[in-house]
Amino acid sequence: MPETISLTVNGNRITVPSGATVAVAMMSASAPCRVSVSGKPRGPLCGMGICFECRAVIDGVPHRRTCQILCEPGMDVCTQ
Amino acid sequence: MTQRYDAVVIGAGIVGAACARECAQAGMRTAIIEQGTIGGGATAAGMGHIVVMDDSPAQLALTRYSQLLWSDLASQLPPSAEYETCGTLWVAADEEEMAEVLRKQELYRSAGVPVEVLDQAQLREAEPNLRPGLAGALLIQSDAVLYPSAAALHLLNQAIEQGADLCAGAHVLHCGNGSLQLSDGTTFAADRIINAAGALAGALTPGLQIRKRKGHLVITDRYPGFVRHQLVELGYLKSAHSVSGDSVAFNVQPRKTGQILIGSSRQYDEESPGIESRILTAMLDRVGQYMPGIAELSAIRSWTGFRAATPDKLPLIGPDERDPTLFLATGHEGLGITTSLATARLLADHFRGAAPAIPLDPYLPSRFAAEAAHA
Ligand SMILES: Cc1cc2nc3c(=O)[nH]c(=O)nc-3n(C[C@H](O)[C@H](O)[C@H](O)COP(=O)(O)OP(=O)(O)OC[C@H]3O[C@@H](n4cnc5c(N)ncnc54)[C@H](O)[C@@H]3O)c2cc1C
Ligand code: FES
Repeated sequence: MPETISLTVNGNRITVPSGATVAVAMMSASAPCRVSVSGKPRGPLCGMGICFECRAVIDGVPHRRTCQILCEPGMDVCTQ
Repeated sequence: MTQRYDAVVIGAGIVGAACARECAQAGMRTAIIEQGTIGGGATAAGMGHIVVMDDSPAQLALTRYSQLLWSDLASQLPPSAEYETCGTLWVAADEEEMAEVLRKQELYRSAGVPVEVLDQAQLREAEPNLRPGLAGALLIQSDAVLYPSAAALHLLNQAIEQGADLCAGAHVLHCGNGSLQLSDGTTFAADRIINAAGALAGALTPGLQIRKRKGHLVITDRYPGFVRHQLVELGYLKSAHSVSGDSVAFNVQPRKTGQILIGSSRQYDEESPGIESRILTAMLDRVGQYMPGIAELSAIRSWTGFRAATPDKLPLIGPDERDPTLFLATGHEGLGITTSLATARLLADHFRGAAPAIPLDPYLPSRFAAEAAHA
């Protein structure tokens, strides 16, 4: 297993340690996971899959809970 | 202690709130009584589709009149009411339903409702997430959607601004002959009592021809642009209007937030408010037949509600002939969000002795009393 993984967050290429969740990747890129109905930036809260605050678009699929998904090489992640 | 009013409205659903607003605006000393949450009954469960329907000439007249009242009010509604004129697409699956589109087109036109017929290609362009191969659709541009509870709260606030009193947290035990007794011991005296208790109206006024008709709904997370109009299958006409049996229909609504509200089901004689997986599955299967991609979206909540159905699908609006102080504003089945404003205006016109914009006769409660007498 490689020690690092590179992926894109909002179009910017970043590198994270392997085993990092997508939520971690977004935080290290200073990208909010999503924007609320009232326009506020949102990010991970519970870190265990129950609050749904960390949803983002992964490889074109919206509403993925980033705290529950590990980064994979070449993943394309976007703020929702 | 007895409090005296010109008019007391029972129930602060969207219908009662609209009635209190009209009475207060007409200068009547008005009170409105709600046992639970404002707009928390059928109003909270409903889809909020402001829709012109042509099941009968009287239904067309009432829904069109009320849709116009909503579009007049739209600019004053708060953002929380999420009012949006997204239009309705009545979707025709095949050529047989396309013939129905043309029949409906004539009817709507005769009522002055702007309509447009979409062919197969135009429908695909208008709603790319519908499955290919559907025959076409009828577009009613003036139909809208709103968030019913927020709209009800706004109507109630307007009533209060006009001087109406809200009595919240107590329920009416008895009403009639100009007086009302509440569970908290208060009594009210009123020249006019308006029973707007929705599906519970019959508990206060015995003998009403109202049956509960249960419905299920599902709402998704936000997927802006996935659905652009309120979409209803024309086959819905066959299912919604059958007087017995359970039915489901493809009926989806784009919310202003990007969420998609998915319906709908209809069941008589089911009293429990629980979600039934048998019905929910049948409903979602039906929706998937029209919009396969919807299965990939994540649903966040499901709930049920009870419509107040009458035998002829028209509401009960006007005097109850058995009691000169009692008036009804209930029985709106699946159209009470739409027809709330017209209901309230017709009642207020009746109280004022003003000529109504459309005849009140088809909605008078006495139509069933007369039937019973002849039977
Ligand atoms: C699943 C579903 C989808 C629907 N979709 C639509 C739609 O898209 N478009 C549309 O136009 N309509 C729709 N409807 C219909 C619509 O929701 C109803 O017709 C409408 O909300 C009825 O409003 P109401 O004020 O008469 O009743 P309710 O909202 O039920 O209000 C009655 C109120 O009276 C109160 N009350 C009852 N008894 C007493 C008492 N004794 N004392 C004090 N208070 C009392 C209750 O607490 C309640 O708040 C739908 C309904 C359902 C169930
Ligand atoms: S942070 Fe709570 S679900 Fe992901």
